[in-house]
Amino acid sequence: MSMQISRRNLLKAGGALVISFALPLPAFAQRADTYSGKSVGVGEVDGFFAVNQDGSVTLFCGKVDLGTGLRIAIPQMAAEELGIAVKRITLIEGDTELTPDQGPTAGSSGVMRGGVQIRQAAATARAALIRMAAERTGRAPAELVTADGEVRPKSGGAGIGFGALVGNRHFGLKLDPKAPLKDAASYTIVGQSLQRPDVPAKLTGRHMYMHDFKLPGMLHGRAIRPAAVGAKLLSVDENSIKSIPGARVVRLGDFLGVLAEDEWDCIAAARALQVRWSEAANLVGHKAVRDWMRAGPFEADQSLVKKGDARGALSGATRRVAATYYWPPQSHASMGPSCAVADIRPGKATIWTASQATHRYRHAFAKILDLPPAAVRLIYLDGSGCYGMNGHEDAAADAALLSRAVNRPVRVQWMREDELGWDPKGPPQLLSLEGSLAADGSIEAWRTEMWLPRATANLPNIPLLSPEAAGIRQVPGIATGLITQNGDPSYSVPNIDVSVHWLKDAPLRPSNIRAPGKVANMFAAESFADELAALAGADPLEFRLRGLSDARGIEVLKRTAALIGWRARGTRSTSGTGRGIAYCHYKHSETYVAMAMEVEVERASGAIHVRRVACAHDCGLVINPDALRAQIEGNILQTLSRSLFEEVEFDRSRVTSTTWKSYPILTFPDVPEIRIDLVLRQNLPPLGGGEAASAPVPAALANAVYDACGARLRTVPFTRERVKTALEQGYA
Amino acid sequence: MPTYRFSVNGESRSVDSRDPGEPLLYVLRNALGLTGTKFGCGEGQCGSCAVLFDGKLALSCQTPVSAAAGRAITTIEGLGTPEKPHPVQAAFIAEQAAQCGYCANGMVMKSVELLAANPKPTREEVKAALAGHLCRCGTHDRILRAVARASGTGTSGRSST
Repeated sequence: MSMQISRRNLLKAGGALVISFALPLPAFAQRADTYSGKSVGVGEVDGFFAVNQDGSVTLFCGKVDLGTGLRIAIPQMAAEELGIAVKRITLIEGDTELTPDQGPTAGSSGVMRGGVQIRQAAATARAALIRMAAERTGRAPAELVTADGEVRPKSGGAGIGFGALVGNRHFGLKLDPKAPLKDAASYTIVGQSLQRPDVPAKLTGRHMYMHDFKLPGMLHGRAIRPAAVGAKLLSVDENSIKSIPGARVVRLGDFLGVLAEDEWDCIAAARALQVRWSEAANLVGHKAVRDWMRAGPFEADQSLVKKGDARGALSGATRRVAATYYWPPQSHASMGPSCAVADIRPGKATIWTASQATHRYRHAFAKILDLPPAAVRLIYLDGSGCYGMNGHEDAAADAALLSRAVNRPVRVQWMREDELGWDPKGPPQLLSLEGSLAADGSIEAWRTEMWLPRATANLPNIPLLSPEAAGIRQVPGIATGLITQNGDPSYSVPNIDVSVHWLKDAPLRPSNIRAPGKVANMFAAESFADELAALAGADPLEFRLRGLSDARGIEVLKRTAALIGWRARGTRSTSGTGRGIAYCHYKHSETYVAMAMEVEVERASGAIHVRRVACAHDCGLVINPDALRAQIEGNILQTLSRSLFEEVEFDRSRVTSTTWKSYPILTFPDVPEIRIDLVLRQNLPPLGGGEAASAPVPAALANAVYDACGARLRTVPFTRERVKTALEQGYA
Repeated sequence: MPTYRFSVNGESRSVDSRDPGEPLLYVLRNALGLTGTKFGCGEGQCGSCAVLFDGKLALSCQTPVSAAAGRAITTIEGLGTPEKPHPVQAAFIAEQAAQCGYCANGMVMKSVELLAANPKPTREEVKAALAGHLCRCGTHDRILRAVARASGTGTSGRSST
């Protein structure tokens, strides 16, 4: 399908970049020679926009669409601000040679930071277009507006097209952070549920995924991962694959790969190859992680929040409760195993990858390949949904090392056991909480003590697998995301003490996974708020509302309660059906979301049936309501899956949960009814929609289970065995 | 090298394969360039590789090319195009029932098979039919709504406001 590149109709004139192809051609249709010399400055209008002679616009975006709807949301923001139809904008995403470095597509930052930056560039461009038209027509800029790709007099009459004003020329302008933005009341594009341009091709088998990308002369490669984490390669019997046509072995230190012209031959060779690895037992085993975390050694202790005197208040309290919560390592569990294509030639590297962070990894790959960053180009192509750093970058490193070894393009696709076994994992989290009540039933004191692997930014790298095995040095600085936030209460409490014990290592190679850290922290904090409400004999919703003064928080809680049909009571359900609620102000500074659930618990089997979920969501300005709903639905269902089913299992040597049987995820029969209420605040800045709604899901579920049967679940996943244990002893 | 003949999307095709056990999946994706059929697990546990064999669902990762000989195979490309989608594809598009979309092939193929046998399934029947098809993005509710739309049971499957 690489011949589709020829569908691009390139017109290069006067040094300007002029391209034209119909949506929804994906960003694979990109080559360095087409756009050489283009600005990629984040402070330059030309970094983001090129205006074609026909007046259509090409938008260069450093953020990428991970199935999340940015591919429509970002053009909507740009189109609105420029004054042009969305269909006249072509989006190029995540190409280090063409798009500005807007940071990784992570942390719900796509619209909130990436889109806002592009909107400001568009506002700068609009002001410039109006100035140009004013000069040409002799009218005052204040008399002119942009609409439908033209600058027109406000009073009516003929306009001048964008192409006639700047087609063939660069803007040559700095992005003006003060360029006036349009009044939200005038929006006609932002706020509309436009359909995502990639969806028809995705549903008819025509969408170009990373996995479908081919180059002429490309070989298929597979990395042979060791039998145990940290094992050394002792010997390889190359004769064991000699009957497979064209199959060959590449060995670099302890990195081992096979190559073949044909993909099935390559897989057959990977399976047939006789390899001896050293014994290794470097892991702690999943059953021992909790004890291992509590035991240390610790690299540092850090105070995160300190207010009043929590320890003093707790020691004198008569009504107090304490609880410990645990979140296990989890896999990103992408449906399609990671895949990449690399073409490494002397002095030049081109890597096609589904990485969320092509710009960041340009530097990592330059170091790995011993090339200057300018000689390394990473091009984003859609992968299977990753929700954080899965194996995409590792597969790219596999492909790069294999390609360099043979001087030909190489495609590597992982197998299922590679993805579940070797993707970097969401780290485990252990939290102990203590709280007490004042005489009036409000929370008087709150302590959260966290045990976390320290693997956040600016600390030694979480290395990519194949360079590590090959003994190649890598650059430091890959993050698990900000994993300490939202461990403190969302409510007004006079005495708070939140601290973390930082463990030097993680039980398995860690990375960021959706709503990093916040899912587990809010599981603990919002379950614990319920435990305090129960101690107070208060209705969980009323208890929360009493502690809140933020009007936006109060509104999402009330709307959620209305959606689920909440009725106040200070005692547990007696009907067998329970309901729970949880509230999240994401990072205490971003999106507001409340989640309520209705569940039934089968006491004999321990099975939890989630019947209904209700969610009110306030992320400020909403760009595309339907695409936002899709994200919220996805957050709810994916986090139900993580809460109910998911824990990476491993022994002393290796991950053992490497199939969908041993690492089960949510299936259709588990799907509840979902009701979503979007709070539209079109006059406020946009906040993130990609992950905030994950954070309150586990606590809402645990609180509903407690209401249904009295079992307090403090350990994820909520397996049947765990529910039965909790029914016997009150908690598990 | 043995040659295998079968019909794909209404056209007769022949492919050579060294290994009679080569899964049909790789033949479709590589020899025939039909990349809408996706590799997910290779173990018949996720449904991403589904095709129709004479109208019945088959997992192409579990089907040796030798077993495909003489059969009429339909892949997702054979159902419809972005410009002229099959009614089931059109319903999925209308509901925007794909996020990353990697699993969408299996969802569409299974829904086509289901609706041919049971034109008006209930939401519970659709859930049961799709139980072997995994989705990681959490698009399940939209997929249920899409099948309801395709079946003409309107928005009865819609639970999201």
